[in-house]
Amino acid sequence: MQALTNRAKPVDRRPMTFMEKLYVPAIAKGMGITLKHLFQRKATVSFPEKKRDFSPVFRGLHVLNRDEEGRERCTACGLCAVACPAEAITMEAAERKTGEENLYREEKYAARYEINMLRCIFCGFCEEACPKDAIYMSETFAPSNYQRKGFIYGKDDLLIPDPKTGK
Amino acid sequence: MAEEKKLFKVKIDNISVEVEPGTTILNAARKIGGDIVPPAMCYYSKLQGSGGKCRTCLVKVSKGSDADPRPMPKLVASCRTTVMDGMEVANITSPEVQEARKGVVEFLLLNHPLDCPVCDQAGECDLQNLSYEHGAEATRYEFKRRTFDKIDIGDKIQLHMTRCILCYRCVFTADQLTEKREHGILGRGDASEISTYIHQSLDNNFIGNVIDVCPVGALTDKTFRFKNRVWFLKPVDAHRHCEDPKCCGKTVLWMRGDEVFRVTARKDQYGEVENFICDTCRFDKKEAKDWIIEGPRKIDRHSVISQGHYVNTVKPKDPLVEVLDGRQPKLLFDIHTTSQVNRPDIDLSKIDGPAHSDDFNHRNS
Repeated sequence: MQALTNRAKPVDRRPMTFMEKLYVPAIAKGMGITLKHLFQRKATVSFPEKKRDFSPVFRGLHVLNRDEEGRERCTACGLCAVACPAEAITMEAAERKTGEENLYREEKYAARYEINMLRCIFCGFCEEACPKDAIYMSETFAPSNYQRKGFIYGKDDLLIPDPKTGK
Repeated sequence: MAEEKKLFKVKIDNISVEVEPGTTILNAARKIGGDIVPPAMCYYSKLQGSGGKCRTCLVKVSKGSDADPRPMPKLVASCRTTVMDGMEVANITSPEVQEARKGVVEFLLLNHPLDCPVCDQAGECDLQNLSYEHGAEATRYEFKRRTFDKIDIGDKIQLHMTRCILCYRCVFTADQLTEKREHGILGRGDASEISTYIHQSLDNNFIGNVIDVCPVGALTDKTFRFKNRVWFLKPVDAHRHCEDPKCCGKTVLWMRGDEVFRVTARKDQYGEVENFICDTCRFDKKEAKDWIIEGPRKIDRHSVISQGHYVNTVKPKDPLVEVLDGRQPKLLFDIHTTSQVNRPDIDLSKIDGPAHSDDFNHRNS
């Protein structure tokens, strides 16, 4: 049979030499490698105590943004939902009433906004599609949960705190 | 003395077509079809006297006729210029026309608020399509855009004057379809606006057709306002027996599940209504049982409305039913137990106008 690559090495089936039969030098060599690694820098971090920095392009859990005056930016245009390849985003829109101008930036707003984190693949298309700078992906993971219902993120989970009142 | 009618031979973008005398260049181009049809924002084949206002259908006439082969001195509006025998017209083959159209689109968008994320017309808007295909990517306008005092023209139709491009289609519709026209253009020049004189509401039968003829989102359906985006709805052809003799009863229902969110007339490839429908069909029949559903409507696959509508797909057989001896798989998580969106106990399509904050909260458990 023709070899696929020229890197194939035939198995060495010669009888062992005296030095090889002793085994001790080979064991010492192996232990040497093990001991060397004891003094090298660890490849892992002890996670909950120590956290690694995220890369600047990391796409984590979504947040819904507010403007400087604390009004919700999202206007429920549905572009994030249509861009979402996993169909994780759903929303329902409502019209702003008089007296709600301090809550919502535009005439129309998302009364309900939900991201199903079980479906989300964190591709960042929603962030790219948003014409109102309303949705961003933060530098955190979605926390784990024992139950599926914990992964349905509504507006109260996603909205950032109001910059004026802090809540 | 039945004399054979002489047909005029016209050449549009080097494609010959024979049309009757009196046909406009636009209609001759539509007879050929395809890419060479000039776009039209104000011309509407079903409305007498429409056209000549938006200037998007400008074409170059490079040869006037066989008798007088001189070219026309400047670009002409194809919806208003009738053909002559031996006329030669350039539309997409003329860079001058493309450049002029780009300018026209920039002018149409000068005062347009570009609030497409809020606008209900987004996704089926002629101005959106036009600016995608022919416009520049940015405006050079630096001044404040024109605004108007908001006026209420009734509980069925919503007017957004800032989005209007003054095509006059709705005025012709009201003139030619309804018994009494209540709205028109007030003011002149930059200040002209669609309005009703001494605020009245539009409540003639057939007035709902102004929503369909409006090429932008200036006139939208208030019963559908903000309820859903058009591309999340599924358009189906449907008909009902309408008591009104003028109404054909043939419509498109925009559905989601069993809910009928919106009823519109059927539109052809140029975005023009095939048959006008009455207001009862449009606003009052919002239940699937009022209609006889014919089947899904064909949507151009380049339209955003066709997203998620897969045609000719073959569904693989679900092996689970056989493996489980006919038992249903155990549902581990019913999304409605947690999700607040699309709650089965709230039918958004049943609310009269747009939903407000209390529509969601009062039945909150």
